[in-house]
Amino acid sequence: MAEVVIVGAGPAGIRAAGVLAAQGLRPILVDEGRQAGGQGYRHPSPGLALDMDALMGTEAGKYRALHADFAELLPLIDYRPRTLVWGIEERRLHCMRDGRQMTIPFDVLVIATGAMDRVAPLPGWTLPGVFTLGGAQAVLKDQGCLIGRRVAFLGASPLLSLAALQYRKLSAQVVAVCDTSPFRDKIAALPRLAAVPRTLARGIAYLAALKSARVPLFHGVTPLAIEGDREVTALRFLDGRGRERRITCDAVALGYGLKPETQLAELAGARFAFDAHFRLWLPVTDEDGRAGEGLYLAGDGATIGGADAAEASGTLAALAVLHDLGLRPSVDERPALRRRLARLRRFQHGLARAFRWPGPALSRVPDEVTVCRCEHVTAGDIRRAMDADLGPVDVNRVKAITRCGMGRCQGRVCGPALQEIAAAHAGLEAEAVGRLRGQAPVKPIPIGLLAEEHA
Amino acid sequence: MGGGGGRDPTAEGRFIRAVPRDAERVRFTIDGRPAEAWSGDSLLAAILVTQPSLRQHEFDGGARAGFCLMGACQDCWVWSEKGERLRACTTPVAPGMAILTAPPMERFPHG
Ligand SMILES: Cc1cc2nc3c(=O)[nH]c(=O)nc-3n(C[C@H](O)[C@H](O)[C@H](O)COP(=O)(O)OP(=O)(O)OC[C@H]3O[C@@H](n4cnc5c(N)ncnc54)[C@H](O)[C@@H]3O)c2cc1C
Ligand code: FES
Repeated sequence: MAEVVIVGAGPAGIRAAGVLAAQGLRPILVDEGRQAGGQGYRHPSPGLALDMDALMGTEAGKYRALHADFAELLPLIDYRPRTLVWGIEERRLHCMRDGRQMTIPFDVLVIATGAMDRVAPLPGWTLPGVFTLGGAQAVLKDQGCLIGRRVAFLGASPLLSLAALQYRKLSAQVVAVCDTSPFRDKIAALPRLAAVPRTLARGIAYLAALKSARVPLFHGVTPLAIEGDREVTALRFLDGRGRERRITCDAVALGYGLKPETQLAELAGARFAFDAHFRLWLPVTDEDGRAGEGLYLAGDGATIGGADAAEASGTLAALAVLHDLGLRPSVDERPALRRRLARLRRFQHGLARAFRWPGPALSRVPDEVTVCRCEHVTAGDIRRAMDADLGPVDVNRVKAITRCGMGRCQGRVCGPALQEIAAAHAGLEAEAVGRLRGQAPVKPIPIGLLAEEHA
Repeated sequence: MGGGGGRDPTAEGRFIRAVPRDAERVRFTIDGRPAEAWSGDSLLAAILVTQPSLRQHEFDGGARAGFCLMGACQDCWVWSEKGERLRACTTPVAPGMAILTAPPMERFPHG
């Protein structure tokens, strides 16, 4: 029987595993984390007295269902937690588990590796006390910890208000929610957001809850700086009317939506295209998630869709696998799932419009601001390298000269900013400066392990 | 810069435990200083509830406290006494761990 391997035990990977197991296949489900559930439905670490029903609110039912279904699925699959997939070569995954190297051969590969926050650099963003927005939520769910006592939320994302409310629920003082996208963008996005009225209503309810809790909420802000000497002490910005404001805080959660984790898809041979809605390079798939021979992508790792779309696309990708293996389930659920997914994705395009990534505005990032946290490369370093280099403008070339994106995170954090800063400096469209290429290992592994592998 | 406000100077840690944990106490050390945490804590949480930053950056020397908190940015590396590199946000604290917030080689240039 074909060996089917799924990477990622978030909602997409779990639903894919469920469909395959129901047909009597015994997929291998690999995940770097200690516990299944992925990001949005992250499970608290052992012993934590966290009221997940209260925290998850309207999504508590889905959270519980996913984890309950996973528990039932466990005997039917080969689940391998704490296992990082760091490379792919000729139908083999290179993995590391508890510091040991191993390979997993596969015939069919489903990649459901999820996403991480997209961030825009600003002065002071490397200070202790600045964390990603998703990270602020992750550490709350996983560790029951708040990132600070007086927390400001900055960026452009529907998760700003959700996270702010979750923080308030656990007694943090939310000193400000600063959305860089103007309120009129939300109005402009309404037609697309209306594709999923329930989620739209949820977003409006968050805003209303923040209002009634008297949390200072700003739209259309221009971030100026995160202030502090050895740690965050304040956030300075222009409000929507252009007035300068300084808000005292000890933590800032920073997030401009999500960007997919596409490194493994790239190693597996997926093609990429620049997506104008998200201003991101996304892997190219058909509507069921096929990205190549025996290669399927699902969830936020394929395109940003949120947890509901992750479940739907995981199911759909697994149905595509069955179909391609000639194992046809009696009822064909695919057409209904495709319609549902199309609707959910239209909604995400609406979100990308309502909470817009500042993109071209990154041309205004001051020269002295660090863009690459790993290699300590500034915006000025990028611009100077481009001025000196006479060749065609390409982000991989800028990377080779400046080391921006060459560090241990492989450009996960600085990639989108580098793209915009380089494009703006060259006077080109974002996609015209190319796509930052990745390579194995997709995350750092001990050097000895690579030697072991190639011995 | 700096000025008024920011973190409460009487508070030691950067992170605040918002929910109790029903687990074993774990003793470990941070740069030789004894510390306590709960079993189930990540190293990053265990350290940041007691102090304002996690480590010094290798190149710019600035204080860092991690960033993504989900295993992606690699800005939370700390070291064991044996010189093993540990990603603090995804590594659970364990009894007897002796954590160094700078690579051992930097602390003992000739060792
Ligand atoms: C930090 C963060 C916080 C979020 N919080 C929320 C929230 O509170 N509410 C909400 O609605 N949405 C949230 N989201 C959005 C979230 O992306 C979706 O809700 C949903 O989790 C997407 O599901 P998925 O299955 O596609 O991916 P995920 O749930 O992200 O799961 C992907 C899985 O793949 C694993 N993985 C990735 N790379 C590798 C590798 N190389 N080797 C092995 N395993 C790997 C990861 O460990 C992870 O478990 C958050 C996203 C992020 C990044
Ligand atoms: S904080 Fe980003 S990897 Fe640990």
